[in-house]
Amino acid sequence: MSIRIDAGACTGCGRCAEICPGALLRLDEAGRAECRYPGDCWSCAACVKACGRGAIALYRAPELGGLGATLRVKKRGEALAWEFTLPGGAVYVINSQPGNAGEY
Amino acid sequence: MRIRHIDADLLIIGGGAAGCYAAIRAARAAVPGPAPRIALVEKAHIERSGCLAAGVNAINAYIGEGRRPEDYVDYASRDAAGIVRGDLLLSMARRLNGTVRALEEMGLLVLKDGAGGYAARGWRNVRIRGENIKPLLAAAVSAESSVAVFNRVNVTAYLTEDNRIRGAVGFGVTEAVCYVFSAPAVICATGGAAGLYRPNSPGFAGHALWYSPFNTGAGLAMGILAGAEMTTLEMRFVALRCKGSIAPTGTLAQDAGAEQLNRLGEAYGERYGLSTAERVYGTRRENAAGRGPCFLRAARAGSGQWEALCRSYLNMSPVQTLQWVEEASAFSGNVTPPPAPGAEIEGTEPYVNGGHCAGGYWVDSDRQTTLNGLFAAGDVAGGCPQKYVSGAMAEAEIAVFAALDYARRCPLSPASVKARDSSVREALAEAERFLRRPAALFTADQLEEAMQQSMDSYAGGIGAQYRYNGAQLARAGDRIGQLLRLSEALRATDMRELMRIYELRERLILCRSLLAHLEARRESRWPGFGEYAEYPEAEDRWLLYVNSRLRAGEVRILFRDLVGKDERYEHTH
Ligand SMILES: Cc1cc2nc3c(=O)[nH]c(=O)nc-3n(C[C@H](O)[C@H](O)[C@H](O)COP(=O)(O)OP(=O)(O)OC[C@H]3O[C@@H](n4cnc5c(N)ncnc54)[C@H](O)[C@@H]3O)c2cc1C
Repeated sequence: MSIRIDAGACTGCGRCAEICPGALLRLDEAGRAECRYPGDCWSCAACVKACGRGAIALYRAPELGGLGATLRVKKRGEALAWEFTLPGGAVYVINSQPGNAGEY
Repeated sequence: MRIRHIDADLLIIGGGAAGCYAAIRAARAAVPGPAPRIALVEKAHIERSGCLAAGVNAINAYIGEGRRPEDYVDYASRDAAGIVRGDLLLSMARRLNGTVRALEEMGLLVLKDGAGGYAARGWRNVRIRGENIKPLLAAAVSAESSVAVFNRVNVTAYLTEDNRIRGAVGFGVTEAVCYVFSAPAVICATGGAAGLYRPNSPGFAGHALWYSPFNTGAGLAMGILAGAEMTTLEMRFVALRCKGSIAPTGTLAQDAGAEQLNRLGEAYGERYGLSTAERVYGTRRENAAGRGPCFLRAARAGSGQWEALCRSYLNMSPVQTLQWVEEASAFSGNVTPPPAPGAEIEGTEPYVNGGHCAGGYWVDSDRQTTLNGLFAAGDVAGGCPQKYVSGAMAEAEIAVFAALDYARRCPLSPASVKARDSSVREALAEAERFLRRPAALFTADQLEEAMQQSMDSYAGGIGAQYRYNGAQLARAGDRIGQLLRLSEALRATDMRELMRIYELRERLILCRSLLAHLEARRESRWPGFGEYAEYPEAEDRWLLYVNSRLRAGEVRILFRDLVGKDERYEHTH
């Protein structure tokens, strides 16, 4: 399981590298985030949430059934907008906010 | 390598649920004299470390309306087929509800029922929106000025003197610094151990585990090496999880009312029983009988419910939701929710985890280990299963009061500083050997895989259908011994690789003790978690604790009588 980093969107702030629980990320020579040990990723999404630019997306490895969709999240105050980019490029969004947290 | 000395009144190792809460409680403790100086050391970053990195959506241990802490003790005891410490469970259960209130005060969204009470799931669970539980705990730690947090410091060894703790040594993960912590009292809160066994999907997805792959059993290994007594390691935890994502199943089963179904559509749960171990066992048996794949599937639900489930899993296991969305779109570009949401289920590889099961440090009623001044709380502490987030925090609270008291009564003597310097020199010399070695034949990753394969085939892993026999355990023991020898010759090119070598060694040391425990309990008490081929039944004469201590390089087993909930247990040494 792993993450994909959009180098064009990364500003090199280093937040992801700071908090990754596995110390898997660092800034490369150009000052952009890179995942040095993709096979060691736990898919906890800590970096996905920490990135203020939406530059990091989660994907599922094919051996686990992954079909190529990716997941990013945007924070708007208390609400989280989870964006799923489907293989063809279509985007599906699930909003999670205190008001709708209670169904399950 | 630079050496940094830190003196504290209380050292807390591991900044997860238990460690963070221990730091908060210690900082707020009303003690005579100046406020205690607290050092909290974490190998990752407390904002998103440990089991709670992704978040959770329920607090699994709580005493609901009309129930008593004693009810929780009975439940946990039944679930563990009797091998629990009643005293530990009861003192934990009494503090559960207080810790949930504390989390709410930190800003955690605890869902409410119509009457303004906490929204319950059964009588022992409260529902939360817990995606941010760890950042909230971390923020509460940072607000305490008497707590010094050391992130990215991997603790590798205790400093001890005459069976008494004096501190610990650790290494920077990103900087070449050796940290030497001195403290009269230490709380170990490093969590349980993952990565001992071959996972469901080795290779690139090898960290698609349920338990945090970064919890390597460091605290257990350090305790074993320092001669501390361990208990019930043989009660390994095998989790029933959603295939692929390895996401928890509780929300599907309890909130969405999903049943365990085999390929014929038969609900097989009741046939095997519904304890944690029996659920895993039933699924394994159904597969063995050719009735797999098995699923947890909700009764037909509207698409609104599918989305609600998706939302709920985003709070703890976003990959599960990603999987559902992928399945519901199937390359089409449109998301079409299924009529009855669910997931295929499978058992994980075994973990050593004192939060769900009972393996960990042997502690007294105050959570002091057999090493004087060393306390244990959370998943690293044994005897007290079903603790989860709130129980880990409750144990931290109990340990803090006892540890601060110990620190006051038994300050470090200046004479111990000299002894400290020699053990620090040893630890540093070992690290520098790994760092200076010009070349090595093997890597830590290779030896880790070799360990996982041996444990899988010979010590009841997934590949062996969780079964083992005496001859296999002996074979595994030989392999672990060889791998420990080989690990001495590893090479690290930077500080992170140095951490990887220590992680491997921690796992190997824990495996060696685990094998001795598996061999010693000659019955099969928790068939879902493991089966001893020669001893397939559970027997009443095994209603006792299997404990161990390392003496002169050998794991020595000792048996102890069960401790009931109305007893107080003190170490007699
Ligand atoms: C995926 C998952 C989902 C869960 N869901 C729920 C749930 O919904 N509800 C619930 O109540 N419980 C849940 N639990 C259980 C709960 O998360 C744990 O019981 C609890 O976090 C245990 O707390 P702990 O402090 O012992 O361990 P952790 O919270 O894991 O903390 C251990 C810490 O020690 C650090 N550490 C380890 N080794 C070292 C070292 N050598 N040096 C320095 N630091 C070190 C780790 O980085 C980590 O931060 C879940 C667990 C998992 C894995």
